[in-house]
Amino acid sequence: MRVTLKDVMTWVNGELLTPESSLELECPKVFASDLMSDVLTSAEAGSFLLTGLANPHVISTCAVADLTAVVFVQGKRPGSDVVEQARAKGLALIATKLPMFEACSRISALLGGKIHGR
Amino acid sequence: MAGEAVFRQDFPVKGGDFAKAGAVACRIKDLLKELGLDSPIIRRAAIASYEAEMNVIMYAREGRVRLAVSPGEVRITVDDKGPGIPDVGLAMTEGYSTATPEMRELGFGAGMGLPNIGRNADAFRIDSRVGRGTHLEITIHTNGRHP
Repeated sequence: MRVTLKDVMTWVNGELLTPESSLELECPKVFASDLMSDVLTSAEAGSFLLTGLANPHVISTCAVADLTAVVFVQGKRPGSDVVEQARAKGLALIATKLPMFEACSRISALLGGKIHGR
Repeated sequence: MAGEAVFRQDFPVKGGDFAKAGAVACRIKDLLKELGLDSPIIRRAAIASYEAEMNVIMYAREGRVRLAVSPGEVRITVDDKGPGIPDVGLAMTEGYSTATPEMRELGFGAGMGLPNIGRNADAFRIDSRVGRGTHLEITIHTNGRHP
């Protein structure tokens, strides 16, 4: 089943920090980590990143490794400079108050077709 | 090198300049896109460049990244002035790291940088002199695609 940015945002009770991002952006896979080294090593192109880090290196890492969206978990919010950097790179940003595990569980259920986005 | 380079560009990198981390790798990625290379090749070159750029920023005083694109390959050469690597074999071991807690807080220094450069390269050479610096040569074949 096709999962979109809108589905992810709905199921993690997220707030879209980049309003110009397409809600139809597809989320084929998710990679969850606070280690950018691991993102560079193991995340697949096109994935969404779930992370508790909210610094500019997250954006640079996603831009370099062709990830398309970042979900900041546990109430972490990037600064306006980070949001601007993401906009310039065409990355979608979501912020959620859910802890990492809960956010992963919900998106995993979505991707596995156990719950439906719409 | 596989033929004369048709595109070259040099980028300085300042040690400790975390604010600009990734700028060189993103520029290289944009340039390779403009040259019309395939996405998987561009991604490998960008990731290898980023890892190398971060190493200069984290450990060296200064460095230079050189991009050379020729028919058949992308070559990224990195030279830094820094502490050098006493044991290159050990530094190539996944998980081995000499990163400080500050570097780890930024999400780096997991001991994956050099091994990951190797993983993304078709050929990877390191020469390092303790107390002087490190030289990296990263080659990625472009499968006959001419830029």
